[in-house]
Amino acid sequence: MKEFFIRNLSITYSDNNESLRNVNMEIEARAITVLFGPAGGGKSTFLRVLNRLNDLADVKEMKGEVLFHGENILDPGINVIELRRKVGMVFSRPVPLPLSIFDNVAYGLVMAGERNQSRLREAVEKALKQAFLWDEVHDRLKDSAYSLSGGQQQRVCLARVLALEPEVIMLDEPTSALDPIATANIEDMLRELKNQYTIIIVPHNVQQAARIADYAAFFLMGEVVEFGKGIELFQVPKDKRTSDYVTGRFG
Amino acid sequence: MKAARSARSKVVETLGFNLLRLITLITVIPIVGLVVYIVIKGAPAISWEFISQSPTNGMRDGGILPAIIGTLYLTLGTAIFSVPIGVLAGIYLLEYATENRWTRLIRIAIINLAGIPSVVYGLFGLGLFVIFLRFGTSILAASLTLSIMTLPVIISTTEEALHSVPSSFRVVSTSLGATRWQTVRRIILPQALPGIITGVILGLERAAGETAPILFTGATFFLPQLPHSPLDATMALPYHIFIISTQIPGMPIQIQYGTVLVLLVFVLGMNLVATLIRSRARKKRQW
Amino acid sequence: MNAPKRREDPVINAVIRISGYSSILFVLLILFFLLREGLPALASTPLKDLLGTRWYPIEGYFGILPLILGSLLITIVATLIALPFGIGAAVYLSEVAPSWIREVLKPLIEILAGIPSVVLGFIGILVFAPFLRKFLDIPTGLTAFTGAVLLALISIPTIVSVAEDALNTVPNSYRQASLALGATRWQTIWDVTLPAAKSGVLTAVMLGIGRSLGETMAVMMVTGNAPVMPLQLNSIFRPIRTMTATIASEMGEVASGSQHYQVLFLIGIVLFLLSLSINIGASIVSTKARKRSERLLS
Repeated sequence: MKEFFIRNLSITYSDNNESLRNVNMEIEARAITVLFGPAGGGKSTFLRVLNRLNDLADVKEMKGEVLFHGENILDPGINVIELRRKVGMVFSRPVPLPLSIFDNVAYGLVMAGERNQSRLREAVEKALKQAFLWDEVHDRLKDSAYSLSGGQQQRVCLARVLALEPEVIMLDEPTSALDPIATANIEDMLRELKNQYTIIIVPHNVQQAARIADYAAFFLMGEVVEFGKGIELFQVPKDKRTSDYVTGRFG
Repeated sequence: MKAARSARSKVVETLGFNLLRLITLITVIPIVGLVVYIVIKGAPAISWEFISQSPTNGMRDGGILPAIIGTLYLTLGTAIFSVPIGVLAGIYLLEYATENRWTRLIRIAIINLAGIPSVVYGLFGLGLFVIFLRFGTSILAASLTLSIMTLPVIISTTEEALHSVPSSFRVVSTSLGATRWQTVRRIILPQALPGIITGVILGLERAAGETAPILFTGATFFLPQLPHSPLDATMALPYHIFIISTQIPGMPIQIQYGTVLVLLVFVLGMNLVATLIRSRARKKRQW
Repeated sequence: MNAPKRREDPVINAVIRISGYSSILFVLLILFFLLREGLPALASTPLKDLLGTRWYPIEGYFGILPLILGSLLITIVATLIALPFGIGAAVYLSEVAPSWIREVLKPLIEILAGIPSVVLGFIGILVFAPFLRKFLDIPTGLTAFTGAVLLALISIPTIVSVAEDALNTVPNSYRQASLALGATRWQTIWDVTLPAAKSGVLTAVMLGIGRSLGETMAVMMVTGNAPVMPLQLNSIFRPIRTMTATIASEMGEVASGSQHYQVLFLIGIVLFLLSLSINIGASIVSTKARKRSERLLS
C-alpha cells in the first residue's frame, strides 16, 4: 500500500534556487524509505514539502502534486495543521522546546486542544516507552528537557512526534549529532517503529542508509536519479551517478 | 629612518589615545557631576513629609505628593495604551509580516513617530484629544499623547527581543501542528518576555520625564485636590519642576532641588530595574 | 484520537495585524491634525509676513524667520560641540578601552540619555548660566550657547551608542589586516575602521541632529527666549528663541482658533517636516550601508 504519491514535483525558492526538479515517487506505507545523496541535493526540501513546513520559507513556485490519503497536500485549501500532526518530523539537531520533558512530549496534543490531564499522562508515557526513554526519565518528567544528554534529547524529540500518533515519521539526519551508541539505539528503534508507521529518513551516511533501507532514493541536484527496493541501489545501482556516489567517487 | 618613523607613529598613537581618553572623560564628568550635585543639594529637602504631603503656602512649602502621584498616574496610563498595541505590533512585524511594500511603510511610520519632537506631540494631543475628542486637559489626554510617543520604543524592543529567540523553536512548534499564535504565545513570547519588559520600562521611563507633551494636554500646577477621574487634570513632576524653577518668585531653592532629586530617583530607578531584569534574564537562559 | 480540526486563529491574527498597521494610522492622524489646525494660518496671514524677521504676536508680527534661524543656530553649534566628543567617546569605547572600562562607561552614558531634559534645563538655569555670565562677562547667561551646550549633552548619548554599534560591526579582519601591514592601532582607527563605519557614524550624527532640533524644555529654560535674528557674530552669546520653545511657551496663552494659535501649529508642521526628513535621511543612509556590507561580506 502506498502512503504518498508524488508526481512532477518542482519547487523554486525566492532566491531562485530550484530545489526540486520534476520528482516522481511513491512511498510505501509501513516501511523505511531512505533518501540519500550529497548535500544540497534537495532531500531536506523534499521532506519539508510532505508536511508543508516549507510554508515557513520563501517559496516562489511549487508545481506538481503530492497525494496523501487521496488529497493533494499542495492545494492551498488543505488543513496544514492537521497534516503536520499526521506527518511528523525529527530534525538533525535535537531541538527541545524550552519546557519540561513532559510538556515537550505533550506539546502537540496540547496545541491540538487536549486538556484532559490523565489522557495527556497516558499519551506521554506511551510515547516515551516507544522511544525507549521512559525508564530513564519517568521520575523526572518535570525537569527541563535541557538536562538530558544529546541522545536522550533526540529521543524526546521522537517521543514528541509519536505522542500525536502520526501516520508518517520523517527524520532528517537524526543521528548526525549523536555518538555511535545513541545512533545504534535510534536505528534499532526505527526497525521497531516501521511496523506501525511509515518512515522516511535522510540518513547520516551511505552505510546507515544500506543498514536500514526497505526502499531507497538517490537525490542529486534536485532530481531523483534512481529509486529501488532494499539494498539494490547500493549493490547493483543502475545509474552510473548512483554507483559513483555509493562507491565514494564523489560526495 | 624606518625606526625613527615608527617611533614617531608610536608617539602619535600614545598622544592620540590619551586625547581620546580625555575626551571620553570630559563627556562622562558632566553626567556624574550632575547627578552628584543634585543629590547633594536635594537630599536635605527629602523627608517623609516631603513625599507624602501636598504643597502649602502658595506652593512654596510642604510636600509634592500630588506631583508624584500624577507622574505615577501618567506612567500607568501610558503603559495601559502603549504596551498592548506596541507589543502586538512588534509581534506582527516579526512573526507575521512578510517583507513587502506595506511592511516598509510601517517601518517608515515607526521611524517617523520616533523622530517627532515632543512639543509637536503636545500640539497633536491638544488638537485631537483635548479639543476634538473633548477630553479636555486631562490625565486621559496626556496619557494617550504619551503612549503614541512611546510606541516606537516598545515596538523596536519587542522586535529585537522576539528576534533573539532561536528560529528553530518556531520550526519545531509548527511541525508539531501549532498555529502561528500558539507558537508565539506558548514558546516565543515567554522567552522574549524579559527583553520586552526591559524595553517597556525604558520607554515608560522616558515618558515619565517628559514635559512638553503634557504641557497643554494634562498638566497643571495648582490642584486643590488629588485627581479622582481620568478626565481630571493633574500635577506631574517634570511640569512642576519647570514651573517652580522658572515662574515662581521666592521659591525655596532646596525644595526645587528636592523635587528634581525625586524625579531623578524615579527615572534612574526604572533604568536600574530594567538593567537588572536584562542581566538576570541573560543568566537564566536555558538555550 | 479526537483532536479538533483547527486552523489558524482568525480573531487574534486580525488584532495583531491591526496593531501592526497602527503606526501608519498614528502618523497620518498626527499629520492630519497638524494640518487641520495649522494650514489656516496660511490663509489668515500673508506669506511675506510669515517670512518676516519680527516675531511679536501681540502686535501682529508673525515672522517665523528668527525662530527658524534660532533653532538652526543652536542645533548647528550643538552638533559642532557634540561631534568630537560623541565620536571620540565612541571610538574610545569601541577601539581603545579595555572591556571593564567599557562595561562601566557605557551604562553611565546611557544614564545621561535617561535624564529628563527638564532636569538638564534646571541645572542649566541654576548653575551653568550664572557660571557663563561671570566667566564670559556677558549681560546674561541665558544664551544660544548655553542652549547649545545642553543640546550637546542631550545628543551625545545617541551619537555614542549608534556610532559605537557601527564601529563594532566593522569586521575584525579589517583591523587585523591593517595591523599586519605595519600600521599602528591609531592609524588603523582613522584610516580603516572609521571609514568602514562611515554610514553608521553618519546615521548617528543625523539622529543626534534630529534630537537637538526637537528638544524643547532644556532650550526653553536656558536660551533667554528672545526672538531675535541671530545675524551678528556675538549672537551666539546672546538670548535667542527656538521654534520648539515658542510653541511651548506661547501655546498656553492663545485662544483656540486664533491667528496666533494657527501660526503656532504651522510652526509645528515645519518641525514635523524637518524631523521627518532628517530621520528618513538617516534611515536611508543606514539601509544603504547595510545593503552594501551585505554584498561585501556575502
